[in-house]
Amino acid sequence: MPETPMITIEAVNKFYGIYKALDDVSLDIAAGEFFSLLGPSGCGKTTLLRSIAGFDTPSTGDIRIDGQSVIGTPPNRRPTNMVFQNYAIFPHLDVEENVAYGLKRLKLDASGERRRVGAALDQVRLGHLGKRRAHELSGGQRQRVALARALVMRPKVLLLDEPLSALDKKLREEMQVELRSLQKAVGITFILVTHDQYEALALSDRIAVMFGGRIAQVATPKEIYQRPTTRQIADFLGGMNFMKARITGETATRLSVETPRFGGVTLDKPLGFNARNGTATIGIRPERLRVLWDDAKADFELAGRVVDRHYFGEITHLIVDVPGMEQPLSVSETNNFGADDIPVGDAVRLAYDPDALVALSD
Amino acid sequence: MAVLSATEVEQRPTHPPKNKARWTASEEASGLALISPTLLYAVALLFLPILIVVAYSFWTQDYLTIDRTFTLQNYKTALGEPIYQDLLVRSLVISLVVSVVTVTLSYPIAWFISFHGGVHKNLWLFLITVPCWTSYLLRVMSWKVILGYGGVMNTGLLSIGIIDKPLTSLLYNSNAVVITLVHSWAAFAILPIFVSLEKVDRSLIEAAHDLGDNKLMSFLRVTLPLSLPGVISAFLIVMIPTVGDYVTPKLVGGKDGVMIATAIQAQFGKGANWPLGAALSVTTMVIVSAMAGIAVLALKLLVRMAK
Ligand SMILES: Nc1ncnc2c1ncn2[C@@H]1O[C@H](COP(=O)(O)OP(=O)(O)O)[C@@H](O)[C@H]1O
Ligand SMILES: [Mg+2]
Repeated sequence: MPETPMITIEAVNKFYGIYKALDDVSLDIAAGEFFSLLGPSGCGKTTLLRSIAGFDTPSTGDIRIDGQSVIGTPPNRRPTNMVFQNYAIFPHLDVEENVAYGLKRLKLDASGERRRVGAALDQVRLGHLGKRRAHELSGGQRQRVALARALVMRPKVLLLDEPLSALDKKLREEMQVELRSLQKAVGITFILVTHDQYEALALSDRIAVMFGGRIAQVATPKEIYQRPTTRQIADFLGGMNFMKARITGETATRLSVETPRFGGVTLDKPLGFNARNGTATIGIRPERLRVLWDDAKADFELAGRVVDRHYFGEITHLIVDVPGMEQPLSVSETNNFGADDIPVGDAVRLAYDPDALVALSD
Repeated sequence: MAVLSATEVEQRPTHPPKNKARWTASEEASGLALISPTLLYAVALLFLPILIVVAYSFWTQDYLTIDRTFTLQNYKTALGEPIYQDLLVRSLVISLVVSVVTVTLSYPIAWFISFHGGVHKNLWLFLITVPCWTSYLLRVMSWKVILGYGGVMNTGLLSIGIIDKPLTSLLYNSNAVVITLVHSWAAFAILPIFVSLEKVDRSLIEAAHDLGDNKLMSFLRVTLPLSLPGVISAFLIVMIPTVGDYVTPKLVGGKDGVMIATAIQAQFGKGANWPLGAALSVTTMVIVSAMAGIAVLALKLLVRMAK
């Protein structure tokens, strides 16, 4: 990143008593970036977001926003605004008053304030509901009010704490698309906290995956999905087949291994890789294994037997036992060719691309 | 730049349709059925006496016989005689002062317990109810000991040299009544205010900070308006009973601190004029209700202006 980052988090630790909620977190987030903090519940995402907003204070370390350290600056004097997980709509005010709440301090004239509130409400398509109270709004509408109320302040950074997790699936997917285009339209930095990997993959420019208060990997959605660095990340993001492989050669960036059934391959070495007893964990995504129908041929093949089958509508998960492998392989196959009709117990042949194999740290 | 779709914008919260035929099976009906014994008991014990009092207020008494012909004479006396006017006004002023002072002193205590009580909230609340364990009479009497001529207050002030002879202005006046009543009712004001503060979602206060408010502004714009129901109930809980308080003015009020209840008691007792006593009671009740209504409206107006 050539220019100074919008947000710099430097060696931040946060203790609750002896419990370490944030463990040596360092991050740079660029201006205009859609950045996601992704991890399981309790991994410290909210704590990190609240530290940026100013509601929590790091025990050690520094947080800079637009080059300025904000340690000791209260939330009301930071150039950030937050969309709270429960939306925190003021129940004693109507929608317009909620959106105008933060503008009151700016002492705009009445028409200027009305124009800004109106524009913010139009932006989230709530222009016609200005006089409603919080209890008269649906979940999706509340979420829009919370968005408008934060965006009307024209913050440098918008912080969103699981903004979509209270919505039902259909609405959530719709809002994901809209959130993304809203960010493109306003052009400010968005930091989104989520435990939903699909949401993070679909929305973000970059994702930081967190476990137990630590940042495990920061990368683009594609890189995170295709080149996870650890077994934990790969498992959290969509699931993966794992196997132990014997290391036969190692350079600074590459790793040669001998796998039980996938032959000898040379792979990129993940950051911070440590070999244990000369073995490495190798993974392959279930959708990178394909069923070979009839007498179709492939350069790289495996033979096995279907031991279980799970139907998911457009795809089927086949559990395939391959002789010589410790664990059966999970195969995700589209139902276009009848994968949902393969009887359990049948022999199948699988095709794979050696490029789909990744080496992982444990 | 309208980027959010309108598909769900039109959704409105739906109210279940009212169906009269099935009312008997409704939750409301079973609820009423459940409370009916208590309800009947309460109605009998609350409204029957009030009805009797109202009836008496339109009658006349001649020594021991009651003349049941309708008359408004009692109300003319109750509202027209200067002594009753004075007593009524004084009772209302005292109760208003007591409720304002009590609520003003109780709010910070309730706020402190709710926001900074930490894990000891229940202990704090428990401590606040401790004075209520002794009899009301004893608590009033203890103020006599504190405020009296040779009392704690006077000896204290004497010994640190602020005064050189005991003050007689502490006890037997309306100030003493106010002090005693405020102390007696504080616990009853703290509890409803505390409950309404507990219900204030803390993330709303954080949202106010996030939107630029400092601590004082977020209190005035969010915490205070949302705790208003508690303030109103505290106000009413204190005001309504203190207007008719009899014990406190009798014990610490002296000549200057007499309130309307003393006059009512006199009519039912020595004065042997039950109808006049009844008319005074009804007048007091009506005026207190009106004042309570006005006070509630005024509080709501005040908060709307602060917004
Ligand atoms: N105020 C607090 N006191 C003690 N522990 C806390 C506090 N806030 C959060 N924690 C703990 O810190 C950890 C991280 O919490 P949080 O940041 O809310 O996780 P996430 O948002 O990723 O689910 C959790 O284990 C939580 O129990
Ligand atoms: Mg959280």
